[in-house]
Amino acid sequence: MSIKEIQEEIVDEFSMFEDWMQRYEYMIELGKSLPLIDEKYKTDDNIIKGCQSKVWVHAELEDDKLVFTADSDAIITKGIIAILIRVFSNQCPKDIIEADTDFIDEIGLKEHLSPTRANGLVSMIKQLKLYAIAYQTQLK
Amino acid sequence: MIQTVLDIQAIRKDFPILNRKVNGKPLVYLDNAATSQTPQQVIDVIVDYYSNYNANIHRGVHTLSQQATDAYEQARIKIQKHFNIAKPYEVIFTSGTTHGINLVANGFSSILKKGDEILVSAMEHHSNIVPWQMLCERTGAILKVIPMNQDGELVMEEYSQLLSSKTKLVFCNHVSNALGTINPIKKIIEKAHGLGAAVLVDGAQASPHIKADLQELDVDFYTVSAHKMCGPTGVGMLYGKEEWLKKLPPYQGGGEMIAEVTFEKTTYADLPHKFEAGTPNICGGIAFGAALDYMNLIGFDAISQYENELLEYATEQLLTIDGLKIYGTAAKKTSVISFNIEGIHPYDIGSILDKLGVAVRTGHHCAQPIMDFFKIPGTVRASFSFYNTKEEIDVLVSGVKRAKAMLE
Repeated sequence: MSIKEIQEEIVDEFSMFEDWMQRYEYMIELGKSLPLIDEKYKTDDNIIKGCQSKVWVHAELEDDKLVFTADSDAIITKGIIAILIRVFSNQCPKDIIEADTDFIDEIGLKEHLSPTRANGLVSMIKQLKLYAIAYQTQLK
Repeated sequence: MIQTVLDIQAIRKDFPILNRKVNGKPLVYLDNAATSQTPQQVIDVIVDYYSNYNANIHRGVHTLSQQATDAYEQARIKIQKHFNIAKPYEVIFTSGTTHGINLVANGFSSILKKGDEILVSAMEHHSNIVPWQMLCERTGAILKVIPMNQDGELVMEEYSQLLSSKTKLVFCNHVSNALGTINPIKKIIEKAHGLGAAVLVDGAQASPHIKADLQELDVDFYTVSAHKMCGPTGVGMLYGKEEWLKKLPPYQGGGEMIAEVTFEKTTYADLPHKFEAGTPNICGGIAFGAALDYMNLIGFDAISQYENELLEYATEQLLTIDGLKIYGTAAKKTSVISFNIEGIHPYDIGSILDKLGVAVRTGHHCAQPIMDFFKIPGTVRASFSFYNTKEEIDVLVSGVKRAKAMLE
């Protein structure tokens, strides 16, 4: 599936919920399916700066596609990074770089998009895109 | 049952912000240790200043400037009286506690020599650690730490052992922002003075709860922020004993702080202006005075008695939750509760509480060494003020229970 298609799928899933509590509960659920980062990559270098909780992300290139793994010590943050990884993992670096993230607004997480939010959703997106830029250069 | 002489419902009407809703729920504001809310009486003073007599102070001959100067200097006297300070010029207006600490730290760089020692307590805010590290880098002085125990109390025996003739300055907060511990500053000051060391006390967290008598404490420097005590942000005061303020060099150069200037030499103004370079936060200073009036009208005895009742009630209720641990269990503390639930990140609890309209602080509270001491990433901190109610504590407790159910 393309990034756009996955985003639409997520928007669809979230549209079933009536209130924030159900959305949060689902996000927590999604966190449980997060492809976990190998313990050896859980280093300070792989921590995303700007989050109140710790978020580690690792990226690897497989058949010209970028595969992300991650983890967080906070459950809600883990849900957020899980959503992002579901969208961006197994995609070409070029598509990741060009993708927009408007779907976050549509799934009712807009408040997390402010750069001053302590969970650092913006930092997470930036970091995933930075990996894509780095691997894109490598592919060339 | 909480019994108080205060009419809390009447007091709450003074604070317009307490009427607002957050995420569709009535606001339950329990982040008072970060900043307190502002009563209408103080807001009115701010509006009146900008509506009627906004002018620069200390130099204008015109009426507005005179009125602004009078109001600003009156505020200084209100602060002087509130803290029982001997002379009005021992009150230096600052932008807040951090500014006050930096002013003293900067002043001591011309006093300290290589090998001199500075003692700081283990429960300091970052703003209380960094200026001393910088000072030590500049002067070659050595920074030593007064340790604390598992309850979050300073180990006074260790403090006595750390003190020596090399100690030139002791720095400690009156109340810890992360734990709420009330430190025995009178004893700390007495012991330091016994060996000729000066003491600077950060009163930021104490000032909303305790009316400190600075002459009785015999403290050398004491600093507070107005926004912790119902005043506006960006203004505070540094108290310094006259002899010390005369000894310290000016902190910043600029207007207001000079007596005479030629290109060859400048003579500095007398106290307090020597430390008040540039146009100050005039409105903020005046509003600070109004905030003190407001709090004194309610009365600090009644405030601390009521807040203690809230603290006891909240502690009791929170401890009914399985796996909840409170950090900072000192015998003497202010109405601050730092806690965690086993296996749950404080950030997660804070996020869900926010959705329920409850404002708490999560994280390391700018006191990472304390978090390292307890080996935790941070805590959830609920801090109560005299305008909070038992019902609000019930909302907090049920919110924490709900968060726990969702997150486990």
